Amino acid sequence: MTAPIVSVRDLVVEFPLRRGLFTAVDGVSFDIMPGEILGVVGESGAGKSMTGSAIIGLIEPPGRIAKGEILLNGERIDNLPADQMSKLRGKRIGMVFQDPLTSLNPLYTVGQQLVETIRRHLPLSEAQARQRAIELLGEAGIPSPETRIDSYPHQFSGGMRQRVVIALALSAEPELIIADEPTSALDVSVQAQIIKVLKKLCEDRGAAVMLVTHDMGVIAETATRMIVMNKGKIVETGSVGDIINRPQEEYTIKLIDAIPSIKDETRRHDVPPAATPLVQVKNLSRDFDLSPGFFDRMFKGSRNSIVKAVQDVSFDIRKGSTYGLVGESGSGKSTCARMLVGLIRPTAGQVLLEGEDIWASGSGSQNRRKRVQMIFQDPYASLNPRWRVGDIIAEPMRALKLVSNKREAAERVADLLEKVRLDPISMRKFPHEFSGGQRQRIAIARALSSQPEFIVCDEPTSALDVSVQAQVLDLMRGLQDEFGLTYLLISHNLAVVRQMADDVGVMHNGVLVEQGEVDAIFDEPKVDYTRMLLNAVPDISKLA
Amino acid sequence: MSAQQPPSAPDVAKPRSLAYRIWDSDVFFSFRRSPVTIVAAIVTAVLVLAALLAPWIAPYNPFDPSSLNLMDGFTPPMSEAMMGNYFILGSDHQGRDVLSTILYGSRVSIFVGLSATLFAMALGISLGLVAGYVGGTADSVIMRIADVQLSFPAILIALLIFGVARGIIPPSRQESMAVYVLIVAIGLSNWAQFARTVRGATMVERQKDYVSAARIMGVHPLFILIRHVLPNVMAPVLVIATIGLALAIIEEATLSFLGVGVPPTQPSLGTLIRIGQQFLFSGEWWILFFPAVTLVLLALAVNLLGDWLRDALNPRLR
Repeated sequence: MTAPIVSVRDLVVEFPLRRGLFTAVDGVSFDIMPGEILGVVGESGAGKSMTGSAIIGLIEPPGRIAKGEILLNGERIDNLPADQMSKLRGKRIGMVFQDPLTSLNPLYTVGQQLVETIRRHLPLSEAQARQRAIELLGEAGIPSPETRIDSYPHQFSGGMRQRVVIALALSAEPELIIADEPTSALDVSVQAQIIKVLKKLCEDRGAAVMLVTHDMGVIAETATRMIVMNKGKIVETGSVGDIINRPQEEYTIKLIDAIPSIKDETRRHDVPPAATPLVQVKNLSRDFDLSPGFFDRMFKGSRNSIVKAVQDVSFDIRKGSTYGLVGESGSGKSTCARMLVGLIRPTAGQVLLEGEDIWASGSGSQNRRKRVQMIFQDPYASLNPRWRVGDIIAEPMRALKLVSNKREAAERVADLLEKVRLDPISMRKFPHEFSGGQRQRIAIARALSSQPEFIVCDEPTSALDVSVQAQVLDLMRGLQDEFGLTYLLISHNLAVVRQMADDVGVMHNGVLVEQGEVDAIFDEPKVDYTRMLLNAVPDISKLA
Repeated sequence: MSAQQPPSAPDVAKPRSLAYRIWDSDVFFSFRRSPVTIVAAIVTAVLVLAALLAPWIAPYNPFDPSSLNLMDGFTPPMSEAMMGNYFILGSDHQGRDVLSTILYGSRVSIFVGLSATLFAMALGISLGLVAGYVGGTADSVIMRIADVQLSFPAILIALLIFGVARGIIPPSRQESMAVYVLIVAIGLSNWAQFARTVRGATMVERQKDYVSAARIMGVHPLFILIRHVLPNVMAPVLVIATIGLALAIIEEATLSFLGVGVPPTQPSLGTLIRIGQQFLFSGEWWILFFPAVTLVLLALAVNLLGDWLRDALNPRLR
């Protein structure tokens, strides 16, 4: 039997805070064998990233390892002095972080950064190191590495940059790689490629990998063994197949149940196909003028540059149904949403709400304000931090003069809070006193307060943990049935769309490439792009 | 701020009172933890209170000619003058009690500094909000004016405004208007910092979804600016305002020292320093020394408060 590359024994990480001790990691033990990919999943605050930071010795003070030990090939590394620890990082432990934008220095070419790292750890000459850097970039899947090695980080796309980071992590032949959410900032199609690269490189080199992620799908496609963490403790350990197909612990069962799947065909309610369209989008286009500003134009002469964010998009949304709009980042789906709620004026085309153009002056925009609302992605940014929850929820009623006095408003707010399953006493608190999921409920209550018919939801759950996501989606569904709401659901998460939407449109580079009923699109996509998108999604159902 | 209120037992269901939230806030916690800041706050409070209460606590009224006696002139500190008056900090060449002149002088200095800062704040915040929220040409024009303004030393601008005002206002009213001219001059030379900071913060806030949400509801832009954006850009403004207050007090002292500030009938700390420096080399050091120390203490204490506020409100240093 081979010895484990890394052993963590009874690790405890503590943060002394103002109000007492916070235990981020509580008695965690695991081993990683050579060539093995260990997946660590858990919701935010589960202590999974902190465990990774503890291994590489990068816990931010005042946090500290209070108990336990970490062994790298049998040597204790948790009590090494800082200078020896920093020699270990990069040389024996490689790191890949979430954001490829910030983990590369923008002022140096990727070649310079690779050569520097290689030469710091290996006794190679400049030319040899450069040769090795080219090989590494090639292995990480960067086309024509001989020429790309002299490019700067900003000349690479997000996915390519993450490949460079992986090459950098591998440059000194480390025994252990810690990858902290390596694909969470990337689009699904890029994510699939990165997972493949990471997996292949580790198999070839026999390095151990600790893959930290919140996405069970990524683990299902990559890892051999996995750990489920919750509140700093390990809930369950085992092979990936065992845990996903036969979870033992209650927490794991709940977590896996909450994950929507793109294969899931459970329909929620039937919308008669003949239902009249509530919203009609006709040949909608939007250009963005990226020309220089007033003074620059005066002094440098004008130079126009125009980006076509949305081009000639048309679709109908049936009354009482949910229309899903999917696409990767930059596909123009959020721009579409903003044109539908009246935040961005379309360059061309119309948005009709029961036949009335919402961009028509006067009655059109008044009509829109009454009947259209929006739910945003980030519940931390969509609620004014200086306002009390009661005022936030009452704002649409006040703006549209739907209530005459304070008492009436307070009663309505209490009513709405109960509808989104929050305690009415919450109206006197401030947004920071709530968790992400609770804040999203408050945002939903605000959207409902003007009694709209049509709600645009822009990535309503992508900032939330899966279990919270399931609750919020459930709530949205319940409210749809109760009030007969019509939703436009924008998401990059195809599984969420499959679960929620009746019809779906796929956007790519500002163009609507395919649309139709959800089941038809997901089961038999007609366009190559849609097929590629569906295949790229890491999904636990793909695990046999 | 009622700091004495003891923290009540945390009650989850009950929203906390304002006093409790202030006492319990991270900002106030960092205040309690910083001895330098506490000392600075006490010094500031003592100086401001002394200035406010000058008519009641000053031993003499230095501006009442009937109580002055030239024979009392140049009395050293802690000694009795010829006419039987006792001067703790000595007296000046006209027999005025230095302590009393300092108390009345800080009153003028603090009033001018505070008003000038408030004026600069009001102007800078409004222009910064408009520039940051409206953007485009309005932004370009406002910020280029600010750039031009910042390329001159503040004191030069204040002198310029002061000179122009002197030319416009009839001589009979010059003395009574002098303080207000000074406030406008110092205020106009300091608004650009506020405008820049507020513009930057506004540009960040207007991108946030809570502003989008308000726009979807058709809330009036002015209401969005005042009720939504303004409260969220105030943190950096408070920091510059505190440091700007110290600067404004010094600027006022400089102008008064140069003889273009407040009229001699109501001297500020700067005027006292100008008077005192004539006697420095003839041995009557106290006439200069005590007003100067007061000015330094005041500016230093306010600056330290500003430094602390900057650190306390900066999430990266928390």
